[in-house]
Amino acid sequence: MATKKDSLGVQQLFARVADTLRERVGVLPNPLSERSRELRPRIANAKVTPSVCPYCAVGCATLVYHRGNTIIDIEGNPASPINAGTLCPKGAATFQLHVNPARWTTCKYRAPGATAWQEVSLEWAMERIAQRVKETRDATFQEEDEHGRRVNRTMALASLGGATLDNEENYLMAKLFRSLGMCFVENQARI
Amino acid sequence: MIDDASPDMGFFTDVTLCIGCKACEVACKQWNQLPSDGYALSGNSYDNTGRLSATTWRHVDFVEQFDRINPAESRWVMMSDVCKHCTHAGCMEACPTGAIIRNEYGAVYVQPDICNGCGYCVPACPFGVIALEPDQGVAQKCTLCYDRMKDGIEPACAKACPTDSIQFGPVEQLKERARRRTEELLARNVPARLYGVDEDTSVGDLNAFFLITDRPEVFNLPPKPVLPSTYQPVAYLSGFLATAALAIVAMQAFRSR
Amino acid sequence: MPGLGTSFGRGGATTFLMDLQHSDLIVIQGSNFAECHPVGFRFVMQAKAKGAKVVHVDPRFTRTSALADLHVPLRSGTDIAFLGGLINYVLEHERYFKEYVVSYTNASFIVNEDYRDSEDLEGLFSGFDAERGIYDPVTWRYELEPGGEHDAPRAKRDLTLTHPRCVLNILRRHYARYTPEMVERICGSPQERFLELAELLCTNSGRERTAVFCYAMGWTQHSIGVQNIRACGILQALLGNMGRPGGGVMALRGHASIQGSTDNATLYDLFPGYLKAPTLEKNEIDFATWCKNQTPRTGWWNNFPKYAVSFMKAWYGDAAAKDNDWAYDYLPKNTGDHSHMPMFVGMKDGTVRGLILFGQNPAVGGQNAEFQRNAMAKLDWLVVRDLFEIESAAFWKREGVDPKQIPTEVFFLPSAAIAEKAGTLTNTMRLVQFHEKAVDPPGDCRSDLGFVYQLGKRLKQLYADSTQRRDRPVLDMTWDYDHPDAHERALGDPDVEAVMREMNGYRLDTGEQLKGFSECKDDGSTACGSWIYSGMYPSPGENLTRRRKGDRWVSLEWAWSWPSNRRQIYNRASADPEGKPWSERKKYVWWDAAQSKWVGYDVPDFPVGKAPDTPAKADGSGIDAHDGASPFIMNPDGVVQLFAPAGTVDGPLPAHYEPKESPVGNALYPNAQYNPVLKQWRRRDNPYHDIGDPRYPYIITTYRLTEHHLSGAMSRWLPWLAELQPELFCEISPELAVERGIRNGEWVTIETARAEVEAKALVTGRMQPIRLGKGRFVHQIGLPWHWGTQGVVTGDTPNDLPPMVADPNVSIHEGKAFTCNIRPGRRSAARPYAADDDVPLGQRNPLGTPTRAGAVSSKSADEATSPEIVPPETIMAASRYTHRHEERS
Repeated sequence: MATKKDSLGVQQLFARVADTLRERVGVLPNPLSERSRELRPRIANAKVTPSVCPYCAVGCATLVYHRGNTIIDIEGNPASPINAGTLCPKGAATFQLHVNPARWTTCKYRAPGATAWQEVSLEWAMERIAQRVKETRDATFQEEDEHGRRVNRTMALASLGGATLDNEENYLMAKLFRSLGMCFVENQARI
Repeated sequence: MIDDASPDMGFFTDVTLCIGCKACEVACKQWNQLPSDGYALSGNSYDNTGRLSATTWRHVDFVEQFDRINPAESRWVMMSDVCKHCTHAGCMEACPTGAIIRNEYGAVYVQPDICNGCGYCVPACPFGVIALEPDQGVAQKCTLCYDRMKDGIEPACAKACPTDSIQFGPVEQLKERARRRTEELLARNVPARLYGVDEDTSVGDLNAFFLITDRPEVFNLPPKPVLPSTYQPVAYLSGFLATAALAIVAMQAFRSR
Repeated sequence: MPGLGTSFGRGGATTFLMDLQHSDLIVIQGSNFAECHPVGFRFVMQAKAKGAKVVHVDPRFTRTSALADLHVPLRSGTDIAFLGGLINYVLEHERYFKEYVVSYTNASFIVNEDYRDSEDLEGLFSGFDAERGIYDPVTWRYELEPGGEHDAPRAKRDLTLTHPRCVLNILRRHYARYTPEMVERICGSPQERFLELAELLCTNSGRERTAVFCYAMGWTQHSIGVQNIRACGILQALLGNMGRPGGGVMALRGHASIQGSTDNATLYDLFPGYLKAPTLEKNEIDFATWCKNQTPRTGWWNNFPKYAVSFMKAWYGDAAAKDNDWAYDYLPKNTGDHSHMPMFVGMKDGTVRGLILFGQNPAVGGQNAEFQRNAMAKLDWLVVRDLFEIESAAFWKREGVDPKQIPTEVFFLPSAAIAEKAGTLTNTMRLVQFHEKAVDPPGDCRSDLGFVYQLGKRLKQLYADSTQRRDRPVLDMTWDYDHPDAHERALGDPDVEAVMREMNGYRLDTGEQLKGFSECKDDGSTACGSWIYSGMYPSPGENLTRRRKGDRWVSLEWAWSWPSNRRQIYNRASADPEGKPWSERKKYVWWDAAQSKWVGYDVPDFPVGKAPDTPAKADGSGIDAHDGASPFIMNPDGVVQLFAPAGTVDGPLPAHYEPKESPVGNALYPNAQYNPVLKQWRRRDNPYHDIGDPRYPYIITTYRLTEHHLSGAMSRWLPWLAELQPELFCEISPELAVERGIRNGEWVTIETARAEVEAKALVTGRMQPIRLGKGRFVHQIGLPWHWGTQGVVTGDTPNDLPPMVADPNVSIHEGKAFTCNIRPGRRSAARPYAADDDVPLGQRNPLGTPTRAGAVSSKSADEATSPEIVPPETIMAASRYTHRHEERS
């Protein structure tokens, strides 16, 4: 067996040889393929629209890159004093929230007692919902309470949601639903 | 052929700033449109993607050090791992087709249109970074967002990182910053050290290097990364010696006839 | 929201995220900041880089704790005991900021001699009506100065702070028993760590330095949620940290527009701009009574009639006139609590017949979620608007139910995602940001705005021929927002900026936009849909929420913030009573005598020309009744309400009560176990655990992860997020794992009287038993609540476990602290549905009537589990895991 000193010497020698060999790698660089030469980010020349992250309440500004009606990328907006272009994993995944094969893009209807959804048109669904709202409202509307005080309301209609919605959406919901006489107007902002 | 005007660019990843949010993992997958790696709980802290792979090019390690004997020294450290873009890249040395290049930003880049999927690069990486993507049959890893760099856009992971744990820039500048940061931390008794800078290893300095607060093994990093080619001279020499010995034996055999 | 509103005047975070970088101490309690708001945490890291200290007080060691300088563990649900301890420390050691406290708080105000504190009445305040379970707050009022006939009511004050009934001395007495020893006994927080934080707080507050508190749902989701925030408000005001750079209370909201949906207001008790919805509980039968109840003589709310009239004009146009009481008749009248949980109780009991869900998923997010799913199965019809087929849309076909038995008609209408619509979101710091529309939504997906607009149009048509008085609101409601662009019109989307202009307000004669809410009139000449948003759209084409010019700090030209683009509110308090900055280092807004106005880095939250030495007008009203040194303009007295004579229904001061379900008794008030006026629904399908019930010995707390969002509707469907946290897990300490024979990575079942939920065990040293003095321990279990049965990754629904219990002020549920049992192995094949009253409860609800506050046997307090101390080696062995690499490749 070689002594430790010997083995070190041999290793150093080999290392030097290896270094010499290594230095030769890249002296004649591997050629760039045409694809590599012409590579460009897919957002080059794409249209960009400023938006806001839909997840938590930090309110990170985002940039939506798109061509026509196709979103190709969503990233943080570097101009924002809040996020300066950064995002968290949810914000960074906003693209997949939009472009996602699991997303439903047609209206579905499930009749009472049915065991499956059926596809319906948006027009049909909207009209049927409007009629159901009216039906329930008309059947349950209370003009006065038991003490004869005017209440003008229905306690049979309810709406829930809003904390991920726009201000304007909340505002119109409040306006329509209160005008219908609804008291059960709620969202997850119970703090 | 390669424009050398750009300085080498790279990442400085600082574990003391990492909050383990994994924005880098997702931003990378988003930009590079990579699929998920499957859905199973690992049982290892909050790390369920496990390691870098052909479809996970940024990966956050979670290190839980909770000691009931010395509770005061308990800590939870996270580190975003990535291809190191080595000065001497094992994958590049091993690639027989010329698919792996060092591009104008000093990054080690796999050209998917050239790669034939032979897989020689896979065992040649001392960090276990590069891997074969079975569907397309090519080797894949971090590209340092080569496409974005062409238009002067920062890589997706570094851009997304909320706490600047991942910093991107000219490697020499980053090294300066990293050395200063290490000194600052040491002054505050944080056991900081740089990994992949100013170390004498066969991979040379790393263009993506790390500031860590424990032994490299703790972060799944080899303490002394070794290129397979380091053993080449030994292999060549032993091959040569064996050939020579055989030749001598053969000649002896002829002579004794 | 009343937590902050009662103390300071407005229900919003008092500061803004970028300002955290100027803090000298950041205390994060009731929030897992780094995990739930990672990008906001940037500013915590920036402060840290500048030398600030970061402290995390939390039951678990989280990614926030990992980056903090100090982690102080506490038992979930005991924050008031902890904060009370800090208040006691500050008072006992005379470390409060005296000049600030004397001038800017009600510390010197003298309270009615009939007031009795919880210290006097064994945990109750005076005015408790045991029969109705509510307080009459009449004894909580101030003792008033005798004044002239036309004078505004004015409290007696003792500026020397020596009067035994002055607020500061009431505080001293109230918190005297909240000692470090008591904190350790109740919260399980080691004394040395508690004292380290207390000292850090005191040294980082005052003229030269400021400290900030950051909280989130860890404080709100308790039966004492509002009082948690009140306690923080008291502490921050005593330390003089309010309205100053690097100070304040940062409320970290959970959703993109949780602030906005409160402001604009899809909550049963609020109309846009925090106008309280009319209620017959206060006999608000006409406009005059409604106004009278909301219009105090002093303080900003004196302007209520201007906002109320302008609001009615915005909604009903010409149909609202002075001679018809501004169409007050059109508004529905509340008669009680019509919040989320009563809504579902109504559904279950058959009174609520139709429900529309907008991006909310009660089948996963609701408390006692199986109750909520069963409630939906009783509806006539349900509309679900979402991106994916969420659990609340698919409830009728879930495991274990027969769809044929469910009579509910269900509509699923796919909604547009954020980049497919334009509008504004209000973030956690009251910042209103506009997002543009980038692309059309795919297929039949539509924005919620478009849905509501079209529904309104259709209903107007359906009622067009009605002559009934009750249908007038629908017909008279102004509803004209057609988009000028033909393409958008074809999609059915209204012009979102037209809605914004109505919210901002306009003059009815000229149509001119209002420049701000100061232009609102009570004579019917202005319309203003949401007065606090007035000023965001001051002239045609000038949408300030679209501004995108930021700087590194206040960023007044980045979007627009309510009120009046102020970023740090109450910022008059950043200057001393004479109007000079408290210190050069912390200057922010100050009085410029040369210009005779308030100037600084932010929009002054004060009448800009009102000099610091302006005296209060004795016979004045509104803020004329305040002097020039009263920064809290919304409050009747212009100062912080340390002691709240009104505004909270469960006491003028925060007192420690245990959660509704707790393994231990109340160590401070043995006769008042939990909030005496909390809301509970005692029924067979919502059973509660008794205090110290040996079958449910562990504390459980639910929470979020960085990688998921809420019920998972926006994250469990995304492969990139799903792979990061693919399965439901629970976090338990190695000690508990040893006690219950649980191995890391294996199945466990968590049980309550409501349900069983199975999860994988994540055994981690980050969880530790809480030591409650004298060698007693309790275990805490952590359970993220994002899972449900639909999506790319699925799992049991953790919210099946908690009961429906709520804070009495705002009806927020108690999801952060309740009790449970845990056992190794999977749940029974068929999940027991305690929440379904069709299923005989058998032994699953043997608890009988829950114990009321004031009737707790003293024994139960000592019967909590006391696990033995396990050797560290055994503990570490329990948390070992098999690495997944081998399995994967």
